[in-house]
Amino acid sequence: MEQTTTKISTSQLNLYYGEKHAIKDISLTIQSNKVTALIGPSGCGKSTFLRSLNRMNDLIDNVRITGTVTIDDVNIYDMNIDVVELRKKVGMIFQKSNPFPKSIYENVAYGPRINGIKEKIMLDEIVEKSLHQAALWDEVKDELHKSGLALSGGQQQRLCIARALAVNPDVLLMDEPASALDPISTTKIEELMYDLKQHYTIVIVTHNMQQAARVSDCTAFFYMGELIEYDATKTIFTMPKKKQTEDYITGRFG
Amino acid sequence: MKNKVLGITISTITALSATMIVLSVIAIMAEIVIGGWSTMTWEFLTAAPKGGMTEGGIFPAIIGTFLLVIIMSMVGVPIGTITAIYLSEYASSMSKLARTIRFAVNTLAGVPAIVFGLFGLGFFVQFVGSGIDNVTNGGVKLQWGQPNILWASLTMALLTLPVVIVSVEEAIKNVPRELREASLALGATKLQTIVKIVLPNSITGILTGGILAVSRGAGEVAPILFTGAAYFLPHLPNALSDQFMELGYHIYIMSTQSPDVEATRGIQYATTLVLLLLTFLLNFSAIFLRYKLRTRAFR
Repeated sequence: MEQTTTKISTSQLNLYYGEKHAIKDISLTIQSNKVTALIGPSGCGKSTFLRSLNRMNDLIDNVRITGTVTIDDVNIYDMNIDVVELRKKVGMIFQKSNPFPKSIYENVAYGPRINGIKEKIMLDEIVEKSLHQAALWDEVKDELHKSGLALSGGQQQRLCIARALAVNPDVLLMDEPASALDPISTTKIEELMYDLKQHYTIVIVTHNMQQAARVSDCTAFFYMGELIEYDATKTIFTMPKKKQTEDYITGRFG
Repeated sequence: MKNKVLGITISTITALSATMIVLSVIAIMAEIVIGGWSTMTWEFLTAAPKGGMTEGGIFPAIIGTFLLVIIMSMVGVPIGTITAIYLSEYASSMSKLARTIRFAVNTLAGVPAIVFGLFGLGFFVQFVGSGIDNVTNGGVKLQWGQPNILWASLTMALLTLPVVIVSVEEAIKNVPRELREASLALGATKLQTIVKIVLPNSITGILTGGILAVSRGAGEVAPILFTGAAYFLPHLPNALSDQFMELGYHIYIMSTQSPDVEATRGIQYATTLVLLLLTFLLNFSAIFLRYKLRTRAFR
């Protein structure tokens, strides 16, 4: 058994949209420098769970949350937590790539700039490093001032990854990052995740079972807002303990 | 058979009504152009009225109209934009305050223009203006407590505020949620997100709102009737406490207050033509800007 450290841990986490009980009593721990996949049929609460890890659900009216989410032993739902600081530490990649209608350079420099970095040399350095990390540098280094929207879908998503990396987070939350991409772009993103987990803790929501099996170390199966099973990915895909899990991964429903 | 007759009758009636509208627009335009064309000279646009306002041009009224709408926009557009930001970004749509503001905006939009004029007289001229005079010189010298271009512009800003609010709010709503989320997820504060993402992406909507307000404002006479418009001024306004001439008001006095209405016929038509062209130009730019806003690639 290799050495692991806990990065994120939730305890009896419940979330309600008004009357709707969207996630139910979820307790799980996510390891540092691992890719953890969240799988399950649509509406099972996996995206909601992901968005509760950087408090993006706060933006929605009528959301009520009970239980705790601790990251590095700090409860992020504590009264005195600064959500802005939390989100700098926990970056997010969305399902639909969403570059700002700005240049490639300005997209990546956005985060550092709002953190008060003004020196051109520093910004240049961060932009280059982040684009390198997102495996996009070689494709765009000569056209950094072109609009981010002029890139292809897969490049746009990697631009969003670079943009998230530029604020130097610990954790990357990915909400179906490749679901709108072609197979080649998807492969690129998956290879990227493999590299990125050396430095970051990655949590990914995916509909694609093969993707979960390929990229993740641990897998959590959600169903109707509950966490049904959580284990090493290999175990989940070869000998799941629960029948629901087996039915889902073998494609009998979902 | 009966149904067929009914169908033909209805389509004829609707086509006739539609034609009538087009015809009235053409008739109005033709009347104005024919009546005013011969008076529309370079001198008419660049000279002041003379000969008891039966000759000369309308230059002071053109400048007065421009100054009016500029001061009005400088006040109305920022206030309207900030209100729209509050309504769409800060107020929860169910909150009592937001609903009250919305109700107030809708009511404001339905208040007759003359009521704004009377309000401007009572509030800006007599209350605020006289108040300033009382404080600054004990009310001895009448400086702010009389109609002037500032009070007229503020009254007009109030009248056009709903136009700005509605159009800016719509533009803000058109900024995709994904962009806001991206910004917030990068650790931007709400204010940073509004300033750096939401407003730059709704700038065309803000401009459209401003232009619509201007074209509305340029066409109203009632609000400035008691608050700043002058019958005739030999000079252009050079302070905010000066009165001013204005195109719409000029048409009104030319056709009702002039000692020799017949002699000013051509001037009335030509002034109307100038006002119409100005309003068309502004409306056209608003449409053009909105078109650009819609086709802007967000994806």
